[in-house]
Amino acid sequence: MAIDFQRVAPRTHRARVGRKRSIWLRIHLDPWLLSILVLLISFGLVVLYSASGMSTSTTMAQASRMGVALLGAIVIAQFTPVTLLRWTPVAYGAGLLMLVAVEIMGDIGMGAQRWLEIGPLRFQPSELMKIAMPMMLAAYLHRRPLPPTWRDLLVCGVIVGVPVLLIARQPDLGTSLLVTCAAVFVILLAGLSWKFIVTLVAMAGGAMPLLWINMHDYQRQRVLTFLNPESDPLGAGWNIIQSKTAIGSGGLEGKGWGLGTQSQLEFLPERHTDFIVAVLGEEFGLIGMGTILVLYLLLVARGLVMANNAQDTYGRLLAGSIVLTFFIYVFVNIGMVSGILPVVGVPLPLVSYGGTSSVTLMAGFGILMSIHTHRRLLTH
Amino acid sequence: MSASRRAATARSRRPDAPLGAGRYWFMLLVILVALSALVGRVVYLQVIDRSFLQNQGDARTLRVETIGAHRGMISDRNGDPLAISTPVITLWANPQELPKDPIQQTLLAKALKVDPGQLADRISRYSDHEFMYLRRQLTPAAAKPALDLQMPGVYSRDEYKRYYPAGEVAAQLVGVTNVDDKGQEGLELAYNRYLTGQPGKRRVLKDRKGHLVRDLHLIDEAKPGGDLTLSIDLRLQYMAYRELAAGIRKNDADGGSLVMLDARTGEVLAMANLPSYNPNNRSDVDVRGLRNQAITDAIEPGSVMKPLAMSAALASDKFTPESIIDTSPGWMVVDGYTIRDFRNYGKLSPAGILLHSSNIGMSHIALELPKDAIWNRYRELGLGQSPGTGFPGENSGSLPSPTNLPRSAQAAMAYGYGVAVTPLQLASAYTAIANDGKRLSPSLLKLNGDPESEQVISATVAHELLAMMEKIVQPNAGGHLAMVPGYQIAGKTGTVRKVTSTGYQETEYRGLFAGIAPASNPRIVTVVMIDNPKKGDYYGGLVAAPVFSRVVGSALRLLDVPPDAPQEETAP
Repeated sequence: MAIDFQRVAPRTHRARVGRKRSIWLRIHLDPWLLSILVLLISFGLVVLYSASGMSTSTTMAQASRMGVALLGAIVIAQFTPVTLLRWTPVAYGAGLLMLVAVEIMGDIGMGAQRWLEIGPLRFQPSELMKIAMPMMLAAYLHRRPLPPTWRDLLVCGVIVGVPVLLIARQPDLGTSLLVTCAAVFVILLAGLSWKFIVTLVAMAGGAMPLLWINMHDYQRQRVLTFLNPESDPLGAGWNIIQSKTAIGSGGLEGKGWGLGTQSQLEFLPERHTDFIVAVLGEEFGLIGMGTILVLYLLLVARGLVMANNAQDTYGRLLAGSIVLTFFIYVFVNIGMVSGILPVVGVPLPLVSYGGTSSVTLMAGFGILMSIHTHRRLLTH
Repeated sequence: MSASRRAATARSRRPDAPLGAGRYWFMLLVILVALSALVGRVVYLQVIDRSFLQNQGDARTLRVETIGAHRGMISDRNGDPLAISTPVITLWANPQELPKDPIQQTLLAKALKVDPGQLADRISRYSDHEFMYLRRQLTPAAAKPALDLQMPGVYSRDEYKRYYPAGEVAAQLVGVTNVDDKGQEGLELAYNRYLTGQPGKRRVLKDRKGHLVRDLHLIDEAKPGGDLTLSIDLRLQYMAYRELAAGIRKNDADGGSLVMLDARTGEVLAMANLPSYNPNNRSDVDVRGLRNQAITDAIEPGSVMKPLAMSAALASDKFTPESIIDTSPGWMVVDGYTIRDFRNYGKLSPAGILLHSSNIGMSHIALELPKDAIWNRYRELGLGQSPGTGFPGENSGSLPSPTNLPRSAQAAMAYGYGVAVTPLQLASAYTAIANDGKRLSPSLLKLNGDPESEQVISATVAHELLAMMEKIVQPNAGGHLAMVPGYQIAGKTGTVRKVTSTGYQETEYRGLFAGIAPASNPRIVTVVMIDNPKKGDYYGGLVAAPVFSRVVGSALRLLDVPPDAPQEETAP
């Protein structure tokens, strides 16, 4: 695959420069990325229809939400990276302010304080941070020589640390880890030395017990349950056991659309949100799982090609981080549902029911397309 | 990081290569590794661990449900239902799922039509259980309000409830089932195996709350129980019950029993017992009413045995219908016991002995016959032996031990004392007289093939006896109240003192009448027993014969039996 990209990308690139540069570049969209996105979203809606118990209203709501998000991505793609770069500190600052606001007066939901209410609007500032954080890091490193110096890293640590701690205090371990991931990807792509990476990983390993001590009971329970789901089959282990059973009983071809017994008969919890991939696995089997994984791989591969073709540091770092963070979503969600990762509240991107994360992800793809399609304009 | 090192790093980077391109390929590698991990996991779950997880999945949702089998119907010989199963709904609850809210519980109690306080008590008493009955065997309409509440924890189960259309009229014969649809009494018990269906099984899909989602397939079809067709004719049964009840009421008796047999097949056409009970509402059942006395209670029959004993005399070479027996002076002493007649009848023929019901005459005959002649004859007529109906609690009656039979017992047997028979046995013995000497085994079920019979008496003797018994049911004779207009009846009355723990009672009697109709071409044999009449009359000819007359009269008309006695000759 990797070799294919290497060989193919420059050629198509050249071809496009020659003739086809016209329409897609002029409207600042990427046909490949959009096609894969639409395919994924469509497949997701098909699964959601079954997972929601054949609820047309749920499916339609999700479809319109995805439509709006897609539209948002198309709109964002129209801004030049220069504009985005200019607004980056504003977005980051606003996100930080809102996180502080949540800390002070946030609304408590599901035992965690995540939402900020401004009039009729309910807003999750941590979602904004998922985009604003890599933007800010990329913007900072954009002005610095690469690879980053110790001083740069220290600044980066502050840029990352403050919001991550605020998010972790909500407490929302999943999102804070994802935001950290996004930041780490930016720094990794910036060319951090391997020595440093190894040291950091070792330190992270050393910090694990510290993390454990500072975790909430339910978070510890999740980890313990992950390590041995059978220890509490009716309580915390229920989700994992049921989802593993759902996926496994799908077999090669699945039980058929709408015919998954685990999914349809209310054994599977959160089947249309975080655990939707178990429904897919049960009803469409290995074939369905393979299909969705290939679609994600294509999306990520295309994203990486686009990121790799970016021409300035800001674009490269930001685009790469967006794509890699997206993949982390996929990996963590499917890993959690299939029982190789602990249960953290991460939805399956573009498939799980829910709006906030889709909007964030789509905004990311909008930025990706903006960076990709404004290349020539920047060099001219 | 020192400046020189930074410069070295910058130098090592190819000037035309995109910034950090190596990192991208590294990231792609990481992504591929992570994806492989996911693919590996999914393949493991869906291919390798599949059968285990599939079983796990099935174990959560697949259930085997039993399909209730219909208990067979019991009907009379014409197909009229005597016991039928109707679908009912039993409501049960899982107390742990029931709402704790008292208002909700009151709503449920109202829908169930039970006292809210009692229901709340029961719910709290069963609070650590997962099952309790709410109400059992409701009609679908009565169960609907409770089910319509759709309250969590309330479940229903389809069952069958037994319903007895004939009610108390045939209660003891048909019997009853319990709430679990198992036979408890009567033929319901005797034929429980046959009537019980084989419950079927089907595989179904249920969701987490136990609601049925889908029927998958049938494993075993439910096999309904067999239908039982009884020999009784419900029309005759109703009539017999009604007239018996009227006779008991009229004489202020404790109870009574009536058995009507088909004189050609031995089938029981009617079998009524009083007191009775309503099998459809067993809240206040009188225990005495449960007994099917006609089969389960052996009584001392008295004079109705005389024609049977006489058959032994006529079969011997010592007596003929023309024999003359001197019964003077109306009493005799045997082994210290005094035997009396009502009065001194003087010289009597066998017919006269039966007409006047002379104990002395019967005693003389018995003592002149070989010691075991009458005992043997009784035995041949099925007395002291199981009638073979299979009815639960069937009584065999009893005969005295035949070895070293004292002369007093030998004589007493001839006039019906010292033996115990059930009304059914008596009626069966009488079929020998009615059926040209061939005794018929009684049957409670409608017969398909030939009846079981045994030639006990010669046809000639049977006809001679019939002629003698005809004389008893004549105007001015002892059995005149048993007469039926248009038909000639052959019968015998009987009156016995009741035996209790203190011996023969002075004031408690049983009045009996056993008869054959019509005498010229017998179709039915009927035995009527009235227990302890307290209105003054107690002779069988006075208390049992009128019941016989009305029941047999109606029965003959219902059975379309042509009259054998022109109206003007028998009309009073």
